[in-house]
Amino acid sequence: MTDLPRNQHIIASGFIACVGVSIAYISFTQEPAAAFIFPRLISSVFAVLAIWTFVKAILGRTKVGNGISADAMRNMLPGLVVAIVYVYWAAKALGFYTATTIAFFVLLSLYDPAPHSELKTWGKRILITAGFMAVMYGLFAQLLNVFTPREIFF
Amino acid sequence: MEFLFYMGDVFTPINFGLLLLGTIGGLILGATPGLSPTMAVALLIPFTFQLEPQQGLILLGAAYTSTVAGGAVSAILLKIPGAPANIATTLDGHTMATKGEGAKALQLSFIASAIGGLFGVFLLIFLTPVLAQWALAFGPSHLFWLAILGVTVIGTLDSSSVVKGLLSGCIGLWLATIGFDDIMGAQRFIFHPAVSGGINVIPALIGLFAIPQVITMFTKGRSSDDAEIISVKKHPIRLAFVEVFKRKTALAIGTITGSIIGLIPGVGGQIAGLVAYDQSKKFSKESEKFGTGHSEGVIAAESANNAMVGPSLVPLLTLSIPGSPTAAVLLGGLLIHGIFPGPDLFLNYPQVAWTFIDSMLIGQLLMCIFGLYIAGLAASVARVPHAVMAAIVLGLAVFGSYSVQNSMGDVYVMATLGLAMYFLERFGFSAAPLVLGLILGPIAEANFIQGSMIANATVGTGTYFFTGWLNWLLILIVVASICYSVWMEIMARRYTTKDDAVAKEEALS
Repeated sequence: MTDLPRNQHIIASGFIACVGVSIAYISFTQEPAAAFIFPRLISSVFAVLAIWTFVKAILGRTKVGNGISADAMRNMLPGLVVAIVYVYWAAKALGFYTATTIAFFVLLSLYDPAPHSELKTWGKRILITAGFMAVMYGLFAQLLNVFTPREIFF
Repeated sequence: MEFLFYMGDVFTPINFGLLLLGTIGGLILGATPGLSPTMAVALLIPFTFQLEPQQGLILLGAAYTSTVAGGAVSAILLKIPGAPANIATTLDGHTMATKGEGAKALQLSFIASAIGGLFGVFLLIFLTPVLAQWALAFGPSHLFWLAILGVTVIGTLDSSSVVKGLLSGCIGLWLATIGFDDIMGAQRFIFHPAVSGGINVIPALIGLFAIPQVITMFTKGRSSDDAEIISVKKHPIRLAFVEVFKRKTALAIGTITGSIIGLIPGVGGQIAGLVAYDQSKKFSKESEKFGTGHSEGVIAAESANNAMVGPSLVPLLTLSIPGSPTAAVLLGGLLIHGIFPGPDLFLNYPQVAWTFIDSMLIGQLLMCIFGLYIAGLAASVARVPHAVMAAIVLGLAVFGSYSVQNSMGDVYVMATLGLAMYFLERFGFSAAPLVLGLILGPIAEANFIQGSMIANATVGTGTYFFTGWLNWLLILIVVASICYSVWMEIMARRYTTKDDAVAKEEALS
């Protein structure tokens, strides 16, 4: 195992161990105790397994999981940022359909292998986005009658 | 023979229309690499809200059946398995296609899938009522151990690491405790208003299965999948039927292996296909031809992965314990319609249960008929660029999660769990035990509390949960599955090189 995945394993399993121990602490200290009997049982096993995994990661004995390569991280980052902004902010702030249209188009443009310099490519992307949104609107707004947040825009 | 009584319900215009829609849609979704049956069914659940329970289940069941079979199209024509269940099909199916026998390979795969699938559904029909009757005798302690068994078996058998599989199960069980406690009404782990009512299962399932796939597509960057579709020449269907029945041994091995593996909770179609392929190679008179485009390889793999579908639903319909991630998603689909599967499902909702099972029977035939004719279209759809697929899946995931309760909180939960699951998967954790933990958590807790109350008033907790042959049988299975997986892990480490392990993990991710 190279140093990069090993360090990543230590960070990841360390984080999970912290979560496990915190949950166990909360379960054993919160009141009423009767409401936390089952969480105590679960969190005890959770904490023990998480610490075990963390210790194995520190000792470099983790055998499973390839971690995330720098290339993969570089590739996913733009899409991840767009997706996070879309889900946690834009969908509520701009309106569901507007935000989805923008996010869909941006993601398509970011990851479509077709050259950006050709006008035809952009036309195709706009068409795909419009087609997808028409299907989404037809299904969710017309057929399933799902009410969606319509804040600043539609 | 109660299933025959409800057979007519499958053919009402709406039910049959949904069955057709689910079958054709499932074939196309299944052919799309990256859209696993579980994810396809999870994304379809929001579309069933407006439907009657049996209509929703017909759609989901048809999609489940045909996505497994549809995965063979891209496995054969593109050498990209549409789902993990179709890995074994690639070995001989694609070689047949490169030799100009693509149409024959597709016909063999769909015919074998249908035969295996029919056998599996018949097993479901005849085993379910017997087990359901038996399950009526289960008390809280048995149901508690069954829920724990569901999590541990899938956690140990489905994961590359036993510890990480069990840890994934624990995370799921913990997530299930978030919200208000049922008995005391106390708040537990509510660290954000979005989870004040607990974690809704449907958005969680959508997030856990769809979002990691979206991020995986992002990691490919702007590269294009340059897999080439192999054109298919016409091949008479009659000859394909003759070939399938000529290869009786491969068909029988595939069907029986798939059915048995389907009954074991946590062991999925991927394993069924590979085990059946391996076994039919051992028993074949032409074992040297396997891997060179031999029809027995395709027949064994495809009959196995579809034979697994029916039996994988037996624990769900009889004990309310989903035996696979897709069964867990179907359980979510049942729960949103207020139907809780279990021993009394066939007493309280016979129409829902039998119409659903009957539709799976008819669905196998439709899948075979349509599969033979729309394979070319499905293969074209399979070439949709991953940029488009990622954007579509993300959009569907957001809309689907929101539509459950018209709540942005569900969307946040979906996205957060999905994001976390992607990173967890990269470090060897698995979504299946986490999902099982999330779904079985409430069942385990309710029965644990109920059992504790009974125990406190009678024999004491230790005695109540640790006496009786059934309790001990369930505990033994839990322990045996853990020991077996630990042993397999040690053996795999001893005989597998590091490069092999990395290659296997990359192939499965």
